[in-house]
Amino acid sequence: MSTVTATAAPTKLWGGGKSPFDVEYGKLMMWYFLMSDAFTFGAFLISYGTIRFSSNGWPNPNEVFKSFPFAPEGVHAPLVFVSIMTFILIISSVTMVLAVLAGKQMDKKAVVRNLILTIIGGIAFLSCQAWEWNHLHSEGAWWGANPFLNADGTQSSTNFTNYFFTITGFHGFHVFSGVVINIIMLIMTLMDKFEKRGHYLMIEKAGLYWHFVDLVWVFVFTCFYLI
Amino acid sequence: MSHSAQALHHDDGSAVKEIWKVTAILSVLTIIELILGFWMMGIESESFRLAIKGSIVILMIAKAFYIVGYFMHLKHELKNLIMTIVVPLALFIWFITAFLYEGNSYKNLRNRYDPYKKAQTEIKVHKNEEVKEGKPSAE
Repeated sequence: MSTVTATAAPTKLWGGGKSPFDVEYGKLMMWYFLMSDAFTFGAFLISYGTIRFSSNGWPNPNEVFKSFPFAPEGVHAPLVFVSIMTFILIISSVTMVLAVLAGKQMDKKAVVRNLILTIIGGIAFLSCQAWEWNHLHSEGAWWGANPFLNADGTQSSTNFTNYFFTITGFHGFHVFSGVVINIIMLIMTLMDKFEKRGHYLMIEKAGLYWHFVDLVWVFVFTCFYLI
Repeated sequence: MSHSAQALHHDDGSAVKEIWKVTAILSVLTIIELILGFWMMGIESESFRLAIKGSIVILMIAKAFYIVGYFMHLKHELKNLIMTIVVPLALFIWFITAFLYEGNSYKNLRNRYDPYKKAQTEIKVHKNEEVKEGKPSAE
């Protein structure tokens, strides 16, 4: 042990005296929180997959998610609305990265502008989801109620709607908290809190959370709408 | 200190460039996913559909890699930090395999040993509209 000194080899074992992961405490803990959250969402999606694999029939997503706002009743436009939602989330993720980058450069104006764009993207996504839920509800779908038949024309169970509303609802709640966190970040930026601190590391942590929300949507989108 | 600490401070022009490059990659991957999704609608063969679904899942994992690696900046962190996050997530490989296998096995066992249940799931229902409209008229 005594032969290994701090100066001997920087890539070897950690010798103390500095942050082992070279990140601040809050950011590291945000990563571990997101990891635990990934297991929660993973458990939801795997449970959905297990039930789907154990069922003889399952509704065809292209028949269920085929409507579009302001389009005439009975329009057949599968995947169109949800792809718009997907792109909204990707773009809001990009503006969040730009806000984090601007924070690193201590560019308050750019942080404010990109945070506002991110918040708008988040609200747009939530509005889309609210419309979709409302539309499905008007068709008779809700927890415990499934008006859609299986793809092969047999009677379906309520598993489909239960999982859909639970998982997209849990994700939507994450988006909602992300928007609230981003609004708080915006207010703190406008109050010059970060300028006084001398760094914008808080924006980085909020950014991690926001990207995670986008990441989860990648999985939810694929599992519910595409496959 | 280390090479990754320097990577954090690479010049701002290249950082912005990288962001737009990753954005383009994510958009292209999403568009390919959507094309595959639209293409799959017209295909009857169950095994071919399964192959397309497999490709969509691979594209999904690629998208996840780009979001976590570049947007969340994990690729530029120290290797030890990356490992403490990625290694526990490797549990998902077994988690997914075991549960999907279990679900499939449950379906097969029930279909074999519970013929009544199987017959119930094979009864075709009339069209959606007829079910909706049929209810009030029956009352």
